[in-house]
Amino acid sequence: MSAQTSTIAKGRPVYIIDGSRTPFLRARGKPGPFHAADLAFQAGRALLFRQPFSASVLDQVILGCVMPGPDEANIARVVALRLGCGDKVPAWTVQRNCASGMQSIDCAAHDIAAGRSDLVLAGGVEAMSHAPLLFGNAMTGWLGALRNARSPIKKLQAMAAFRPAYLKPVISLLRGLTDPIVGLSMGQTAEVLAHRFDIGREQMDAFALRSHQRLSDAMRDGHLDEIEVIYAHDGRFHDADDGLRDDSSMEKLAKLKPAFDRPFGNVTAGNSAQITDGAACLLMASEEAVREYGLAVMGQLKDSAWAGLNPEEMGLGPVHAMAPILARNHYDSGDIDYWEINEAFAAQVQACLMAWQDERFCTDVLGMDGAFRAIDEERLNTDGGAIAIGHPVGASGARIVLHLLKTLQRTDSRRGIASLCIGGGQGGAMLLERVDS
Amino acid sequence: MTTTKAGSNLYAEIDQDNIAWLHFDTQGSGTNVLSAAVLEDFYKQLLDMEARSPRGLVIVSDKPNGFIAGADVREFTRLENRAQALDAIQRGQAVFDRLAALPFPTVAVMHGFCLGGGLELALACRYRVARDDSATRLGLPEVRLGIHPGFGGSVRLTTLVGALGAMDLMLSGRTVDARTARRMGLVDHAVPQRHLKTAARALVLDPPFPHRPGRLQALSSHAWVRPLVAKLLHRRVAAKARPDHYPAPHALIELWLQHADQERAMMHAEAESVANLIVGPAAQNLIRVFLLQEQLKALGRDAVFHAEHVHVVGAGTMGGDIAAWCALRGIKVTLADQSPERIAPAIKRAYKLFRRRLKQPRLIQQAMDRLMPDHQGLGVERADVVIEAIFEDAEAKRSLFQSIEPRVRADTILATNTSSIPLKEISAVLDQPSRLVGLHFFNPVASMQLVEVVRDVSSDPEVVIRAIKFARQIDRLPLPVSSAPGFLVNRILMPYLLEAVELEHEGVPPREIDAQAVGFGMPMGPIELADTVGLDICLHVAEILGQHLDVAVPQRLRDLVLQGRLGRKSGQGFYRYKRGRPIKPRLPKGYRSDPTVTDRMVLRMLNEVVACLREEVVQEPDHLDAGMVYGTGFAPFRGGPLRYIETLGADTLLQRLQDLEQRFGQRFKPDAGWDVVSGFAKRETSGG
Repeated sequence: MSAQTSTIAKGRPVYIIDGSRTPFLRARGKPGPFHAADLAFQAGRALLFRQPFSASVLDQVILGCVMPGPDEANIARVVALRLGCGDKVPAWTVQRNCASGMQSIDCAAHDIAAGRSDLVLAGGVEAMSHAPLLFGNAMTGWLGALRNARSPIKKLQAMAAFRPAYLKPVISLLRGLTDPIVGLSMGQTAEVLAHRFDIGREQMDAFALRSHQRLSDAMRDGHLDEIEVIYAHDGRFHDADDGLRDDSSMEKLAKLKPAFDRPFGNVTAGNSAQITDGAACLLMASEEAVREYGLAVMGQLKDSAWAGLNPEEMGLGPVHAMAPILARNHYDSGDIDYWEINEAFAAQVQACLMAWQDERFCTDVLGMDGAFRAIDEERLNTDGGAIAIGHPVGASGARIVLHLLKTLQRTDSRRGIASLCIGGGQGGAMLLERVDS
Repeated sequence: MTTTKAGSNLYAEIDQDNIAWLHFDTQGSGTNVLSAAVLEDFYKQLLDMEARSPRGLVIVSDKPNGFIAGADVREFTRLENRAQALDAIQRGQAVFDRLAALPFPTVAVMHGFCLGGGLELALACRYRVARDDSATRLGLPEVRLGIHPGFGGSVRLTTLVGALGAMDLMLSGRTVDARTARRMGLVDHAVPQRHLKTAARALVLDPPFPHRPGRLQALSSHAWVRPLVAKLLHRRVAAKARPDHYPAPHALIELWLQHADQERAMMHAEAESVANLIVGPAAQNLIRVFLLQEQLKALGRDAVFHAEHVHVVGAGTMGGDIAAWCALRGIKVTLADQSPERIAPAIKRAYKLFRRRLKQPRLIQQAMDRLMPDHQGLGVERADVVIEAIFEDAEAKRSLFQSIEPRVRADTILATNTSSIPLKEISAVLDQPSRLVGLHFFNPVASMQLVEVVRDVSSDPEVVIRAIKFARQIDRLPLPVSSAPGFLVNRILMPYLLEAVELEHEGVPPREIDAQAVGFGMPMGPIELADTVGLDICLHVAEILGQHLDVAVPQRLRDLVLQGRLGRKSGQGFYRYKRGRPIKPRLPKGYRSDPTVTDRMVLRMLNEVVACLREEVVQEPDHLDAGMVYGTGFAPFRGGPLRYIETLGADTLLQRLQDLEQRFGQRFKPDAGWDVVSGFAKRETSGG
């Protein structure tokens, strides 16, 4: 295994100036009130409006998005133009599944570190409720044959070839959440980890309940000021994450049926991340830009890492990505003040926590000298995670980086790590620090 | 390529394919108009073309803003009698007949404005091509000037697209875009700029059969069907324009009904009909109203000001709609209020407006993107114009402006949308009182063109002129007024409304009151208007005006508000409302209508008109008429209240007012200004 080194640490410093996100809106069985571009636009508009420079001075716009809508090819460019960046600001869209929003930050960071950009809008967006229903190939073939039939007889023949089964839609969202190589759904990969690390239903549900309680407390205490109010055309507005279940309890969670491995599985809709629409944006800058515009710095991106692993255990991705960062920066868990590990599944995060302090796992699988010290759960996902907030796949990476910085700022602490697991068997992590002004 | 310069207003080029390109380029004007001089030049060019016999003729405009905007309306006002008018019209017809008779293909290439006589010219060509973009508007809006097409347009349009489409376009006076025109058959091609010339060339080099109306359209012109269609049209038009007030559309229907079978006869009849109309009072007054509008449009023309960002405070009906309107007109807008709850309904209304006006999803999205809800009020610092539109309370407005003033740029315009509070009551608390102006919009913002631009003695003239320019930027008509209580429009309207309330209290049925006002030419009766505005708002404004002017507020109004009968919004005011529509009880059997009803309402209004003129609330008497027509819909065919006084005679009206004073007392006491008005007609208007 080749040791990754941090190119970010070697280049110019990369600062994160400001950020904002939309409320995360739970999918309710029909397309939500906002297209993906609308979400990213509203988050970006509010963010840019409070800056002392105009949108046109940005060097580029990078957005992560897994499934942009049919009118949103290269959604970053669509959003950049709507934000008033003008013709000359290039924009591109990145896709690394659940980490797309973190990938965009990484791309921006590398360009800033390398001296290619000074001011970048980076973020992620997903409108999962807008994921389309598709026709299968059989239907496409039939339509093609019909269109190519020239004579009336041929047309009739082509028409007669129709079978009702062709109408069965392909639910693109479900396909997207199924690993095409190992054939497991994301939920099933969580079941695999639950089995391997012996995590029971009650444990998972307790973790999920805590996520909701923490989000509820965070809302009460005003810890979510990165959320911008967004307005829909129908005269409604949204100012808070609506996935929160204030009335959740262990009893209620226990009643839910397994969602993926029926009938014996333990992963339910209650202890998994919610299908959600949302966007998060960060403004990133070089030292030059900070000085030129007199920007206040929220934090510095010190390091990032990506790792690959067996797709069946994709949930352990964070462990694989965080380990090299800590190793090369000579930190142990105690040096990290706050952690954000995306809650794709309760079992998956819990598996990460166990692997992290498992001697054999750390030496054999990660190639470390020994295990890490346990992560203090009071410092992990302190304001709730995707189980309560939701997981708009393209946006979550940007959300956890933003919220981690907000937490560091609020608690006046120094260092944090944000990490998530990635469908297909990968992990991504970022090391962030506050800067002495 | 050969070029000939015949007249200075148009010139011709012959290209390598022997196609003649005739360019309209009216000298000394940014817009092509068909003045008598231009028509003459055009005629000469046509004779020249006949002699040269090119392969085809293509007519284009060199003006960026459009093809030809129509006839020169100012020439209409100089016509002394019917014979002169008929002569001018027939001349025009002769020119276009010549064009229509050319033996080679002719093509009009249209972009931007192509209206009235301009479109009639294009109709005399064999083919038409229109540029497909948002700036291109085609139409025959003559009815809005009290006439109808007179250069053969009514004949040629009917033949080209069929009676139903033609009548719809001419009777409504609306304009259509290139694609709609293509669908109607009005143009042969609707293409983007890059294909305009190619399309015209193709029509000349390979001329297709000229367009004919579809079967249904053709059937509607059949002699047996026409009377039925005409009847329907009459009825539909009468609902919007009473024949006694607006004769033109009805004359047009008759023209078509009588003569649609014989083209030549219809041409003659068309000229006769327009000659009749154009010297009549309705047309002359409507032309006056049009010119008044041009006068207001010209205000602030020389000022250098362009707002990029407008900040509106208060997302109620007025504030929200002002914000939406500004965004529709291409300006970035922040809309502030205390909470998202208050802003969200305004966003919904804005979306509706954009959908109605812009239609294309892409354009709607752009407008929505320009309108930024801003419950934290962050937009203040960036704004070029701040418009306050919170509730009508002087103290609240004072404290708002006090908090805003230190945050805005030094050159930001501070404007209040107050409808009744004098400026100085608000500006007194400012460090720089001179930078506050009033921008008084009317409800509904999207359909009321007028904006009163209010200044007082301490206002900085530079700020006022920029505010006027801003009103033009958002395509509203600025009416400069002094900061007298109620300004112009509401002040004049209020006695009229209060008199209606008085009449209702005396037992005159509301239906009768409204009917008489509509009969006078108002767009809506005063009782229904009061209900629509909201009786609480009427009362509030009346009370504020009452503090400054000698206006007694009828007890009846207070009683209704106390009972919670606030008008349409509460389901009951003077009328009861069912699904937003008033239920007007029938008049009692044998009810005899009393002509003094109109007199009482109108004379109180006119008395206030005279007072405003005397107090110089407006700088020009013409502005007063413009304000009343565009701010209240005051009978446009009467040309405005001052024109009405002039028509009936100030002495006569004063006499009637004195009679009313004797019968009903104090509130009809003639204003001291009637002396001035008696000579008003001859008064020279002072420039500036």
